[in-house]
Amino acid sequence: MKNSRTIVILGCGRLGTYLAIQLSRSGDSVVVIDRHETAFDNLSADFSGFRILGDGTHMQVLRKAGVEKANIFISTTDDDNVNVMTAQVARKIFDVPQVLARVLDPKREEIFRQLGIDAICTTTLSAHVFLQTIANGPEKAKGARS
Amino acid sequence: MKVLIVGGGNTLYFLCRSLLAKDHEIVIINRDPSECIQLARDLAAATVVCGDGSTMKILEEAGAMEADAVLAVTPNDQDNLVICQLASLQFDVPKAVALANDPDNAEAFRRLGVSAFSTTNIVSSLIEQWASLEHILNLIPVGEGRVNVTEIILEEDAPVAGKYLKEIELPENALIAVLIRHNRPTIPRGENDLQAGDRLVVITMPENHRPVMKALTGKPD
Repeated sequence: MKNSRTIVILGCGRLGTYLAIQLSRSGDSVVVIDRHETAFDNLSADFSGFRILGDGTHMQVLRKAGVEKANIFISTTDDDNVNVMTAQVARKIFDVPQVLARVLDPKREEIFRQLGIDAICTTTLSAHVFLQTIANGPEKAKGARS
Repeated sequence: MKVLIVGGGNTLYFLCRSLLAKDHEIVIINRDPSECIQLARDLAAATVVCGDGSTMKILEEAGAMEADAVLAVTPNDQDNLVICQLASLQFDVPKAVALANDPDNAEAFRRLGVSAFSTTNIVSSLIEQWASLEHILNLIPVGEGRVNVTEIILEEDAPVAGKYLKEIELPENALIAVLIRHNRPTIPRGENDLQAGDRLVVITMPENHRPVMKALTGKPD
């Protein structure tokens, strides 16, 4: 699938890395931002995008990553407040059309939505899968996939 | 006023000390237990709540419902933004002000609906003013930086010294709001004259600040 979307991903942890590699493989132009240089170590050889070293809460770092021209911005850091701030900045200041933010604390999910952010609560999501798998019982669990 | 202040370190300590001296009711929120104990000791008149001020639970515990103002001065801009957004959206706190450690974020926060200030911006503008014009005593940006209030002393060689106010041509959007002579302030009118040694409180816009200062003091900017 060839397309010309520009996607900026903040945070190169496990989730950020996974998304960056998948999107890069599918032909998107991907920019990853992280504060720690070592975070980029897990990006595999078939990641063809850019790496920006810096703190995403600094406007200059976001500008350097080209957020102004991005089609999609995804914040995946392990700090909910960093995600909610950068998502709002991307959406309302840099006018990025689609903005997604990872939320860890389920109590914050609703508040983030009220601020106009597409919040994805990874805790709630995985809990649902766990509960679903439990509900399916032990015999089905062997081959179970979410 | 009941004021919730989130943060730590010297900024918070001295801020609280001066607000307590003015008889305000202060609640401090800090997430470090040992700093909380220290703060409770040093600022006996304040209430100290230990926890993450960017959560609903802690803000509620600290009495955000009845607060007149929330001040977020942590070293993390993201926390300051979320604290202020929660305070105004969830608890209807009338005034929520965030410290923007990154001066670029001050403007960003305002566009996201949160009042913000940057100490870097304030200090750098003060230094610039002091360095360029010795006779400027104060420069206060108000209206989110769109208006400047400046206090100046007229020197002997000032082009406006000895003139009546009605004779003075100032650039547009500028006003001599107060004239202080021998410690007596007046709101001047056209019939008032200006003399060397007078202190003037001048209102300008940032874009015409320099020409106005030049017209009054004669000093190149």
